[in-house]
Amino acid sequence: MSTEVQHAEPGFFRKYLWSTDHKIIAMQYLFTGMAMALIGGYFAYVFRMQLGFPNQHVPGYGIVTPGKYNALVTMHGSIMIFWVAMPVLIAAFGNFLIPLMVGCDDMAFPRINRLSYQIFLLSALVLLSSFLVKGGPFGGAWTAYPPLSASGAYNLTPIGATLWLLAVALEFVAFLLGGINFTVTAMNSRAPGMKMYDIPILIWMIILANIVFMASAGPLIAGAVMLLFDQTMSTGFYDPTRGGDPLLWQHLFWFFGHPEVYVVLLPAMGIVAEIIAVFARKKIFGYKTVLYTTWAVGFLSFVVWAHHQFVAGIDPRMANIFSITTLMISIPVTEMVFLYIATLYGGSIHLDTPMLWALAFIAEFMIGGVTGIFLGSSGTDIYLHDTYFLIAHFHYTFVPIAIIAVFAGLTFWYPKMFGRMLNETLGKIHFWGTVIPFNVIFIPLFITGIAGDQRRIYNYAQFAEQSRPWLQHLRTTSTIALLFMLAFQLVFLFNFFWSLRHGKTAGANPWRSTTLEWATLSPPPHGNFAEMPTVYRGPYEYGLAGRADDFLPQNVPDRAVGD
Amino acid sequence: MLERYVTAASTYAHSIDHLFILIAVLGGFWLIAAEGMMFGLIFKFRAKDGRPTRYITGEEPHLKRWISIPHYLIIVCDIVIVAAAVTVWYDIKQVMPPADATVRVIGQQWAWSFQEPGPDGVLDTADDIRTVGEMHVVVNTTYHFELLSRDVVHSFAVPAFRLKQDALPGRTITGWFRPNRVGTYDIQCTQMCGIGHALMAGRIIVETQQDHAAWLLRNSNQAVAERAEQQAPPASGADGPTTMAEVRR
Repeated sequence: MSTEVQHAEPGFFRKYLWSTDHKIIAMQYLFTGMAMALIGGYFAYVFRMQLGFPNQHVPGYGIVTPGKYNALVTMHGSIMIFWVAMPVLIAAFGNFLIPLMVGCDDMAFPRINRLSYQIFLLSALVLLSSFLVKGGPFGGAWTAYPPLSASGAYNLTPIGATLWLLAVALEFVAFLLGGINFTVTAMNSRAPGMKMYDIPILIWMIILANIVFMASAGPLIAGAVMLLFDQTMSTGFYDPTRGGDPLLWQHLFWFFGHPEVYVVLLPAMGIVAEIIAVFARKKIFGYKTVLYTTWAVGFLSFVVWAHHQFVAGIDPRMANIFSITTLMISIPVTEMVFLYIATLYGGSIHLDTPMLWALAFIAEFMIGGVTGIFLGSSGTDIYLHDTYFLIAHFHYTFVPIAIIAVFAGLTFWYPKMFGRMLNETLGKIHFWGTVIPFNVIFIPLFITGIAGDQRRIYNYAQFAEQSRPWLQHLRTTSTIALLFMLAFQLVFLFNFFWSLRHGKTAGANPWRSTTLEWATLSPPPHGNFAEMPTVYRGPYEYGLAGRADDFLPQNVPDRAVGD
Repeated sequence: MLERYVTAASTYAHSIDHLFILIAVLGGFWLIAAEGMMFGLIFKFRAKDGRPTRYITGEEPHLKRWISIPHYLIIVCDIVIVAAAVTVWYDIKQVMPPADATVRVIGQQWAWSFQEPGPDGVLDTADDIRTVGEMHVVVNTTYHFELLSRDVVHSFAVPAFRLKQDALPGRTITGWFRPNRVGTYDIQCTQMCGIGHALMAGRIIVETQQDHAAWLLRNSNQAVAERAEQQAPPASGADGPTTMAEVRR
């Protein structure tokens, strides 16, 4: 940015809405993501009410018809993945933290960064606009399998389906722009002295996640263009009567869709690594091993996609290969989780709110991982595929990623973002009020899945085996727990906005942390650092004996330490 | 374990259930061990005044062992699970035992219809029996099925049989099952197929040879034609050479 612009005090519009400052863009992504999370959560409330109390008037919504139910589950899935997890984990944390943690003044391409957010916002608006069109929003599930998604005659939402597809495509454009920016910044703009193995794990993970995203998005974009042509120009790419093949979409979708799981997992794992190191006052156990496992996960994530398609009509021999690769990917992930647990050994563990969230991530994610083995094993997947067992497993991975790790990151970096501390008591109330109901929501759903409940059914009345009363009790239990979980989010929202003004002043480094973002003011000024930092050591020098303070920031020169 | 929650009524239901239990035992053991280790460490190393933190990099061999040995054991468990999973899969999906009968299952928005070969045992002949929403099979008989879809992707699922297979337009997908317990069981569609997805239910009736023969007789062309004659006036433009039996009773 040129010096003239820096000197002129920008107005509200230029400062907050048209900014190229990575911190402002991070806030734009964060607040847009939070707003979309409220929408996605509201949808979950409506369709869970329908499942818990079938065919009754849902307060704040009305009667849920089958068409509306399909639209609600489709939009819940799409929004939570593409418009909550991606913008918050990758874009908000990535934008805010990459320049601060690698020690530079802004992203490598600030204007591309601004464009990225603007396209993202447009994509969200396109998606939401589908609620206003004739036929309503798309209801063919977030996986959008053709021919259902390809033809208005089948899905009855001809305009909504196209808008959904356009919104996803725009969202991808935004994240491709962002991904290039993040990668280039982390490669080229690191502070002097920051070698590859001095980069904080979170930055490594965000970059690897972006590389995985950029490498996997291409096939799906090609698939989406073909689907768009099928929808709007009556081509037949997925129409078997005209030589097309519906399975093609499934391969293209899952070739993206499974790496996508790791695209959001890796930043979450990175956030948790940073927090555990700080609050256990420990170096990450086996920093390099964590990185090797991350690379292995990134690579293997490209060769597991067809485990979503075991019973989809693919050649059954293929299932064996994908069963093996799927269990293979559990090996580096297990290693990574074990390394995190080992980091606790010999530490001095402070259970502040961010640490509670980080530990909850590990505890809950392990349940998600182990239940994944039932689905990755082709034999059991025959039965469990597309049941609520899958739903529960998926949410045991995704809620830790997109909710628990995000709260870990928000509570941890809030002081840096806004210069004030969150209220610790409210933080703990919110933590327990989220984590306990979360388990009460999804443990019953494992059981209903084992009992045969198939997904995306608005009412089980047609199915005698699924109409057994005890199954309905479990569904109702799950719904009530969701109401509790949603209600406790108000505590967070209150804490978040109240603390902006009334929180304790944070100071530059409230958690006594070593990485570069804590070396500047809270919140960091435009340009980030008064004096650009130089890096002298790795990111996790905690637990040093014989010193007044037990940690050594990355930017403190050795001679100042007196070694 | 699964049988407490869902009936097992086909020969391969138990092999899937046993695989489930194997994974539950192995996975459950390691889950409890890892969670226990984690909570134990949190408790043991909670912050206390005057207790210094140990400086550990994770390169120390005597500490790395604590991760690598469990990890090798987990890899062994993974191999056991893969071997068991592939075995179960191979038996159910990759090979088909010789058929006693072949039926056709057709998915369309939003119903399952079935074509059964009739007395001659051959599909696509005049005596085929076509039904909608209700499938009749004989206990302890190996069935091959041909699965079709007329429009979008559906998934033919019978929880009691532990059977699930997507139906794709433009392809005929074959599979098999052998019911081994008399009863009436649900058929589901487990793939989102539009606004009627939740209505796409069916029933599969596993009956004895005698009951099935009686059902065949009741629904032979001749019997249906006679019943139609008794009900005046007959619907115009009837069902062609085959009958829509038992459908709209």
